[in-house]
Amino acid sequence: MITLSGVHKAFGANQVLRGIDLTIPANESMVIIGGSGTGKSVLLKCILGLVHPDAGTITVAGEDVELASREAFLARFGMLFQGGALFDSLPVWQNVAFRLLRGATKRAAAEARAIAIEKLRRVGLKPDVADLYPAELSGGMQKRVGLARAIAAEPQIIFFDEPTTGLDPIMSGVINELIREIVVEMGATAMTITHDMTSVRAIADRVAMIHGGKVRWTGPVAEMDETTDPYVQQFIHGRADGPIESVR
Amino acid sequence: MNLAAPLARLGRSVLTTLAATGRLGMFAGDTLGHLIRPPFYLREFMHACLQIGWLSLPVVGLTALFTGAALALQIYAGGARFSAEAVVPSIVAIGMVRELGPVLGGLMVAARVASSIAAEIGTMKVTEQIDALVTLSTHPMKYLTVPRVLAATLTMPLLVAVGDTIGIMGGWLVGVHRLDFNSATYIKTTWDFLEFWDVGSGLVKGAAFGFIVAVMGCYHGMNSARGAQGVGRATKSAVVAASVLILAANYLLTEVFFSA
Ligand SMILES: Nc1ncnc2c1ncn2[C@@H]1O[C@H](COP(=O)(O)OP(=O)(O)OP(=O)(O)O)[C@@H](O)[C@H]1O
Ligand SMILES: [Mg+2]
Repeated sequence: MITLSGVHKAFGANQVLRGIDLTIPANESMVIIGGSGTGKSVLLKCILGLVHPDAGTITVAGEDVELASREAFLARFGMLFQGGALFDSLPVWQNVAFRLLRGATKRAAAEARAIAIEKLRRVGLKPDVADLYPAELSGGMQKRVGLARAIAAEPQIIFFDEPTTGLDPIMSGVINELIREIVVEMGATAMTITHDMTSVRAIADRVAMIHGGKVRWTGPVAEMDETTDPYVQQFIHGRADGPIESVR
Repeated sequence: MNLAAPLARLGRSVLTTLAATGRLGMFAGDTLGHLIRPPFYLREFMHACLQIGWLSLPVVGLTALFTGAALALQIYAGGARFSAEAVVPSIVAIGMVRELGPVLGGLMVAARVASSIAAEIGTMKVTEQIDALVTLSTHPMKYLTVPRVLAATLTMPLLVAVGDTIGIMGGWLVGVHRLDFNSATYIKTTWDFLEFWDVGSGLVKGAAFGFIVAVMGCYHGMNSARGAQGVGRATKSAVVAASVLILAANYLLTEVFFSA
């Protein structure tokens, strides 16, 4: 279980998070929605300890993120970055198998490669891409390699920052199904940021909407359509007029 | 109020400089701390040796060759003023191994290596690759900084040794072909004149300059601001800082080694 309480974060004069309170139950899939630039990516980085909040506390399974020993703490996590963040000095398969090639989870190179190719298949990539370099891939392919890397060591907690942006509708369907499978079959806790309402409905157990640096609404996905909150209604139906300003 | 303004500005820049020096010192200390604690990334280290040491050979060699050659001409012309042309081999040798070999080698490596390290690590920083490393339980200092700093510190003395040899050869080429020295005498004079510490001090300087180059590249890369401009600025700062520090360190080391 991940709990955030009163999390604040500002970059200079830019107040991004203004008191986030949110609980993500274990073994569930939480989807974060919200306008562009509202601090969704920053929120994930706070939980991972990559960005340090100005105030508030974040605990993962009862352990304070700021006090935890980094290595053991991060061993439980997988993260897909919004921009992919692949290591461009390494071929694709070594990117995917990065964790399997060093540290506590080290395997033989042949075994790590086999696992990498299997994970690539799960994100819809052929074995031939294994030996290419990230710069030789299209944007959507890079995204999927990033996804394969995030799930390669079968972490307990996985964060996906916009897993389906830049993918065609069929591939989006494949990825949505994969994320769902990881939660249901592997019992992982997942936190996904997405702007794609189809993905939200396919992936989510619960949904949280961030607006103005706070959690505007959170609840089970089934209640999302019924809520009378005008912000949520405007967002999920993509209307230009409503309480959310279109220039932010 | 108006009188105090320039003072305040001066104070501010002094404070910024002190803070930057402190951060840099901590970064260097941190690097040394990680150097002695596992895990070690051997592949990264070998790769860094290749990039920093082996691939710098041509530029260091060419620099030394032309410097040695020009030095021979200058010393010959200067020596001729008091009929001391015979000092050419000894002065070329001592000038190369004590000063010009390490300093010019260091500056060329600063241009080639500090820039590429800063640009590479800076790009990794702005494309979130450093964050990705952290989430994959890999310490960026151990994986990126330590192999590069170690490789530069260990290969730079070898580069200086090669540069010294080629520089002396440059002097010899000019001496024999342009200034009518006897080849065997030139080589014998050089060999007899040089003492162990002349060469050794240059190699120690080389190690220090290698450390400076890699630490500057890594520090500025890791602290790169966002975007392409940020990486550009980081690269420029790395080369400028490494070059100035090499020259300053050279003076200090020369004081320590040779002032009676
Ligand atoms: N390292 C940083 N330094 C300064 N400002 C930052 C930094 N990271 C994020 N920000 C700022 O924080 C705000 C939120 O950024 P964030 O990336 O979290 O948005 P987001 O909700 O993920 O948006 P999108 O949906 O477009 O990805 C933005 O205004 C951004 O400029
Ligand atoms: Mg984002």
